[in-house]
Amino acid sequence: MPDTPIDRLARATPSSLARRARGLSDRAIAWVFVTPTILLLLAINIFPLIWTVRLSFTNFAANKPNAEVKWVGLRNYQRILTDPDIWQTMQATAHFLFWTLLLQVVLGFALAWLINRKFRGNDLMTTLIVIPMMLSPAVVGNFWTFLYEPQIGLFNYAVEFFAGIPASSFSMLGSVALAPWAIVIVDTWMWTPFVMLICLAGLRSIPDYIYEAAEVDRASKWRQFWTMTVPMVLPFLMLAVLFRGIENFKMFDLVVQLTGGGPGSTTLLTSIELKREAFEKWRTGYSSAYAIILFVTVFGLASIYVKALNKVKER
Amino acid sequence: MSAWSVTEPSARSKGIAAVLVILYTVITLVPLVWIIATGFKTGPDSISYPPKVIFQPSLEGYVNLFTDRTRATPEQLAAMPPPENFVDEIVQRRGEVITQPSKFGARFMNSVIIGFGSTFLSIFLGTLAAYAFSRFRVPLKDDLLFFILSTRMMPPIAVAIPIFLMFRQLGLSDTHLGMILLYTGVNISLAVWLLKGFIDEIPREYEEAALIDGYTRFQAFRKVVLPQAATGIASTAIFCLIFAWNEYAFAFLLTSGTAQTAPPFIPTIFGVGGKDWPAVAAGATLFLLPVMIFTILLRKHLLRGITFGAVRK
Repeated sequence: MPDTPIDRLARATPSSLARRARGLSDRAIAWVFVTPTILLLLAINIFPLIWTVRLSFTNFAANKPNAEVKWVGLRNYQRILTDPDIWQTMQATAHFLFWTLLLQVVLGFALAWLINRKFRGNDLMTTLIVIPMMLSPAVVGNFWTFLYEPQIGLFNYAVEFFAGIPASSFSMLGSVALAPWAIVIVDTWMWTPFVMLICLAGLRSIPDYIYEAAEVDRASKWRQFWTMTVPMVLPFLMLAVLFRGIENFKMFDLVVQLTGGGPGSTTLLTSIELKREAFEKWRTGYSSAYAIILFVTVFGLASIYVKALNKVKER
Repeated sequence: MSAWSVTEPSARSKGIAAVLVILYTVITLVPLVWIIATGFKTGPDSISYPPKVIFQPSLEGYVNLFTDRTRATPEQLAAMPPPENFVDEIVQRRGEVITQPSKFGARFMNSVIIGFGSTFLSIFLGTLAAYAFSRFRVPLKDDLLFFILSTRMMPPIAVAIPIFLMFRQLGLSDTHLGMILLYTGVNISLAVWLLKGFIDEIPREYEEAALIDGYTRFQAFRKVVLPQAATGIASTAIFCLIFAWNEYAFAFLLTSGTAQTAPPFIPTIFGVGGKDWPAVAAGATLFLLPVMIFTILLRKHLLRGITFGAVRK
């Protein structure tokens, strides 16, 4: 231990005096620094959550603030879980989740794998590819409705040009069969770069010597890919799926602009249904219960998934 | 290392990869290029079949974006003075008169005020909290961090229900302050999480040296840690700004007039008898361009920001 005059002086000074001499103690600084953030989180996150839980047991309606509020117990929850319409929105959400995740994982990984060939200009391409995901989903989604216009839209024209199906013969957003795919296409366009970036970080984290060793052992490229590349990128890929899964479960802005839940209820995702219940039908109590159910579902699924992710990481 | 390496892809495989990636890039950028191009088209050009790739550029979309107009009667048109500038000329040529400036300018300014306000607040509070989490033993630290993260799992609409009621009680509905506080509350989790990562990377030895030199803890934080964390703080700020800039659900539900931001406004731009796509595209261009530029500036820290700091590099 060093024993300079300063150290000796420091030890000789009573701690209370030392603290005053040095300004606020570390403990005090820690509290001063953390408290405003905690207060804000309590006000904007915790308090509303508790309020939502409370409301979910009542028949409160926000457009009738003066009406008598009745305590209805678990009735809201019961009604939601037995409502066939709710299950239909769950199905629409599941379709959206499954296909966006699948397409984004396949495309994102493939792109990352190609970019990792390190051809000249790969950095520039990466930056350009990433741009769509940083943009406002509502504004971009709104413009996609123009691209999807049956007669004049660029998307339909491209389909006519490359596949020969007349541009005016189909409506991506107006048809019950096509609308669920229209939202999958736009989401995939927007978010494939996200998966790509994370996969690229995974691929770049694999040290070269592993491949060199495999070459020495004469492992085929195919074998190297499946026994080394894929397992080492897997934790990264799973992380990307976790983020995309949570985000798309909450999906609202993009799809509400594209289809608004229609036609019929083919693209009525849970968040859009929630908005209708809460802010159009003003069934505040009922929609609070729905919100809690959604939150618990995401939280539960995410926790299980994170456990699995940690297991993969440990391997 | 020898000139030939087993891990270096062959020239041919590089070439194929380059072609495929460039193909994807071109396809993926078409919608964005189309937004920018449509902003410079006239109404008829924007809805022609087949879609026009080459066209006579026009500022009609931008003029429509910034003005409210009404159809003029022939007498009115005849009585009008000759156009003084290109704006009048474009409007008169179509037989319209400008009644007032549109709301787009105000909505855009709202986005700027709310975006920068909430970013400043998130960074200010977030840096303090992140420093404390990084350097001191805060009770329940891990729980707090996980809690901060889990607030992002709630769908925005679910949060909006009680916030809507709370703002109505407090008189914060449709105010700049309300939206700034709300976006700060949503962003602060990201800010703390990212900033903690950046501050963790600054060696403690720097501050300890400053403390021995007689700095107080706060001086050491201000004069040693803050300058070191500047790049991290800047990129975190851009992420907060982009989130607040792009946010739609809260803005749509909680603002309608005074504090309405651009994302809920742009989709509501209509012309005479239908959607005015050149004006919508012009608004979208002005709104999206800053983010495109920021994305390019931010490319090194992009990954970290979008994954809450889970993936660094």
